[in-house]
Amino acid sequence: MRPARALARGAVRAPLPRVRMLPAVPLLTVGLLTLPVGAGLVGTALPAFGVMPALGRAEPGLDAFRALADWPGLGPAMRLSVVTGLAATAVSLAVTMLIVASWSGTRVFAAIRRALAPLLSVPHAAAAFGIAFLIAPSGWLLRALSPWATGFERPPDWLVVQDPQGLALIAGLVAKEVPFLLLMSIAALGQTDERRALTVARSLGYGREGAWFRTVFPRLYRQIRLPVYVVLAYSMTVVDVAAILGPNTPATLSVQIVRWMNDPDLALRLQAAAGAVVQLLLVVAALGLWRLAEAALAGIGRAWVRSGRRGPRGPWLPALSLALAGLSATAVLAGLALLALWSVAALWSFPQAWPDALTLRSWARHGPELVDLLLTTGAIAGLSALIALLLAIGCLEAEERYGLRIGRGGLWLLYAPLIVPQVAFLPGLQAALLWSGAQSGIWAVTAAHLVFVFPYVFLSLGDPWRAWDRRLGTAARGLGAGPEGVLWRVRLPMLLAPLLTAFAVGFAVSVGQYLPTLLVGGGRVATVTTEAVALAAGGDRRAIGVHALAQTAAALLPFALALAVPRLVWRNRRGMQHG
Amino acid sequence: MDEGLRLEGLRIAQGQRPLVALDLAVAPGTVASVMGPSGAGKSTLLAAVMGTLGAPFDLRGRVVLGGRDVTALPPERRGIGILFQDDLLFPHLSLGENLAFGLSRRLRGRAARQAAVEDALEEAGLGGMAGRDPATLSGGERLRAALMRTLLAEPRALLLDEPFASLDQDRRARMRRLVFDRARARGLPVLMVTHDPADAEAAGGPVVRIGDD
Amino acid sequence: MKRTLAAVLAALPGLALAGPDPADWDAVLEEARGQTVYWNAWGGSTNTNAFIAWVGARVAEDYGVTVEHVKLADTADAVSRVLAERTAGQDAGGAIDLVWINGENFAAMKENDLLFGPFAEDLPNWQYVDVEGKPVTVDFTVPTEGFESPWATAQVVFMYDSADMAPLPSMQAILDWAEANPGRFTYPQPPDFLGSTFLKQALYGVVEDPGVLLAPADQADYAAVTAPLWDYVEALTPHLWREGRAYPQSGPRQLQLIADDEIDLAISFSPGEASAAIANFQLPDTVRTFVPDGGTIGNASFVAIPYNASAKAGAMVVANFLLSPEAQARALDPEILGYGTVLDMEKLPAEARARFEGIELGIATLSPDELGPALPEPHPTWMERIERDWIDRYGVAE
Repeated sequence: MRPARALARGAVRAPLPRVRMLPAVPLLTVGLLTLPVGAGLVGTALPAFGVMPALGRAEPGLDAFRALADWPGLGPAMRLSVVTGLAATAVSLAVTMLIVASWSGTRVFAAIRRALAPLLSVPHAAAAFGIAFLIAPSGWLLRALSPWATGFERPPDWLVVQDPQGLALIAGLVAKEVPFLLLMSIAALGQTDERRALTVARSLGYGREGAWFRTVFPRLYRQIRLPVYVVLAYSMTVVDVAAILGPNTPATLSVQIVRWMNDPDLALRLQAAAGAVVQLLLVVAALGLWRLAEAALAGIGRAWVRSGRRGPRGPWLPALSLALAGLSATAVLAGLALLALWSVAALWSFPQAWPDALTLRSWARHGPELVDLLLTTGAIAGLSALIALLLAIGCLEAEERYGLRIGRGGLWLLYAPLIVPQVAFLPGLQAALLWSGAQSGIWAVTAAHLVFVFPYVFLSLGDPWRAWDRRLGTAARGLGAGPEGVLWRVRLPMLLAPLLTAFAVGFAVSVGQYLPTLLVGGGRVATVTTEAVALAAGGDRRAIGVHALAQTAAALLPFALALAVPRLVWRNRRGMQHG
Repeated sequence: MDEGLRLEGLRIAQGQRPLVALDLAVAPGTVASVMGPSGAGKSTLLAAVMGTLGAPFDLRGRVVLGGRDVTALPPERRGIGILFQDDLLFPHLSLGENLAFGLSRRLRGRAARQAAVEDALEEAGLGGMAGRDPATLSGGERLRAALMRTLLAEPRALLLDEPFASLDQDRRARMRRLVFDRARARGLPVLMVTHDPADAEAAGGPVVRIGDD
Repeated sequence: MKRTLAAVLAALPGLALAGPDPADWDAVLEEARGQTVYWNAWGGSTNTNAFIAWVGARVAEDYGVTVEHVKLADTADAVSRVLAERTAGQDAGGAIDLVWINGENFAAMKENDLLFGPFAEDLPNWQYVDVEGKPVTVDFTVPTEGFESPWATAQVVFMYDSADMAPLPSMQAILDWAEANPGRFTYPQPPDFLGSTFLKQALYGVVEDPGVLLAPADQADYAAVTAPLWDYVEALTPHLWREGRAYPQSGPRQLQLIADDEIDLAISFSPGEASAAIANFQLPDTVRTFVPDGGTIGNASFVAIPYNASAKAGAMVVANFLLSPEAQARALDPEILGYGTVLDMEKLPAEARARFEGIELGIATLSPDELGPALPEPHPTWMERIERDWIDRYGVAE
């Protein structure tokens, strides 16, 4: 009966009106994204070069940079930003690729894939808190082992969290970035012809991982290159995670910039602006360095392939990658579970592994306000993710139909909000918004979120969209379907999974935004995230636990749907089940 | 000659570089073969005839079908069907839905359309499989289904893009016969791109070589 | 005469007192009814958040004023906001109606003409304020001049775990104890307010003539005056928690460290904080407080109204309610906040005084006698220079 129903539906569908707006969508989108960033950067650059009329300064000069250079922490802070950013990115990428190389297509991989949604939806700050409590000297690991195994009646005075080398920060970033890169890889994997390539290479005597790195990795990396750059830029400039896990003597450059910006001494804002300019240049330099490393590695890889060596082989590779994946997943999930426990804990002192008693007092205290916060959070996230998805589809379809491919430069502009540090352009954007007379409020916040949400949505959707077999479109048009028919009846249904994933990513990105909500909302728009970060300053683990759980739940639901819905809809279509 | 498919002074260039130059008339019920090495522009030629050729290609000349110049028409209004080496059945639709996707809108009524789909499946030896997931079919079954889907759209010409290359010898002969017979029975002009001389020989129509120096 | 002057000032656009006149309180009440006051206050403490919510419920009930608590991670965010609004020429209808403020932030806003007022001394409840005995008219040596209204007092105390140590009589004793118990003491990292307060408290403990601290630092021999302080910090640092290579980033973080038994001693700017934290399971019930001999620094918390606030009348109603015996007694209750009152018990009518007498101060809270005299905050220039020097010496050590 089902085909008949589908036929009937097809028969009554009137041809959609030609959307003449479509060719304008890419330009509109690029404008929507680059204008705020551009205006924000100008708003930041002016004070960096000494122009800040509100402080009665209009004399251009380099004083702010001089003051910055006089800060003795500048060198270490810059080094920290670069080293932790590069290390976190390299380790995240290596772990991700090792997992995919060893396990893709297996049952274990399916399990890993299912674990992704909860991992991704844990907000960065919440994950960082959980990890901190796990590994700190008074943390749960040592509590579980004390005093019976360690002999500690009091926590040892070890500098584990906030260590000057930034190792805890790198670990925290890796734990959160591996799931992100895995998600991006899985989305791209369907387009790499992995199974056949592996079969061919293994038949030629290469081990699984060896075959994968020689044949699939180059194709996959091309598709996830921008996500990798985003991870690099993010890791270098993150503020919340770095403030929780990173060192403070000195802090990373971005954390220090935010501190200066918040200093009552308004003159320090000029120095903060100069720092923001330096941070921007650092990110650009690190991206350049990464690019060079890519080329070098590609050369080495080619030589490696030419050599005909068949390794690496052996059971230790899959074991290692599984251990690394398990470690990072456990760190995040166990941390979250501990925060959940904190949210219902009465007194809980060292070395007790469990609280003295459980109480719902924290939930009773925060519960009522949480409902309002979640509604606001969901409305902003849902709306910005939906608009972003529609814009992304419009851009990609315009690219398809009119060849309006956003060029290389345009693409970089599109990703500018992810690569330009938030601290570099948000204060300037706030001033620009006020100037334009825009009302701060939920609509302005949604628009600001869109700037950050869109690139992730586009990033998430673009590769699967382009990798879609165009001949299917040609075949459909040969069967009499117009461009709208191809879009609505073939392409969008086939891309259901990537579409939902893109929406979920956008939703989660919006849920996690702190600085844009605070600055553009004028503090009047409260989300679970602004609330959680405000509480984070106080270090009250019970309150943080409550809000971290609420925040996670807000981001988790769309991810769960993005995984479940395509499986449900396409349960009878084997050709629709990639990876 | 008003009938059939005519390519009149077709010139395709990529920037300044000429790629394909072709004058060809394919009569109804005949299969013209275009042969040439890989990279000779065979697929580009088919794209030009389909109407999906975009930048950076430059097209001159005319595509005339049944006496009508279709060069300026979008692909869906040319009435030209195409079969690829891969079946390209839509993976998100059932077999029956795939065929219904192709079935001409001229045929109205739910029952009539369903019957047409069933008949077509029957004709291809796939009777009763309308509800099947295309991914669960064999390669030969899928190609047959793709052929029927194309024919249900009632094209006035058929393009074949190395349609048999993925089949084994035995199936290839049978599939060829099926495709050519159906095309002849409907009086369709067929333009086939291939690099298998056996294909061209079986087609029995004019053979054009492109891309040879 | 005063009223006429205010009216004239109000008629001139752009002058500070453009808005409702607090001297005509009935008009203020009338204008306030139905207004929404966006109160920007640090949101890092669950206790203060709950108190602010209670204030909101009470003023809604009595005056029809709605309070929205805008929770800040840092009060300076609010200063930035007002500054950004002025940059954009938004001289009315601003996003912030009331700010919890003091010290540097107040000095910065006052100096840059970002505040509405003067209004505080015209509030009806000002009559009960202890103007002589409490630091309510001078904020970090900057005269408040009615541009901010006090609502709580605070004084430095040290919280200690009585299971592990005894009270210490002086700053020198703290140093000696830290040397004997390495890794068991720390303070929030300057320029965190409480961390800087520790440095000032230490300065009071070692300085020869405390009087010089009340004048700007450049009027004294800064290097000579602070030399004993740096000797003190230099001696203390290697014995701090994590050997001074990491510091807690805020005051409440210290509570967690005591609860985790990572440290035994911490500084607090609220005599009732420890008792309140014990009641909330944030501290073990063995924690007590002490003050070193010679007194500790005290100051007051204020609320101020930005010059471009949208609901100035509503904001004044909230400020006035905060000075009411009802609100002050509630803030004093350690189960609620444990903040010191700004009111003079002598000035209160008997039934209002009774509200205060019934309050149990809590096991870890010192009585007013035990608390001793409050030392005035040094001039802000001292704090600025000491913070900067501390950062250069210890803040970027790695």
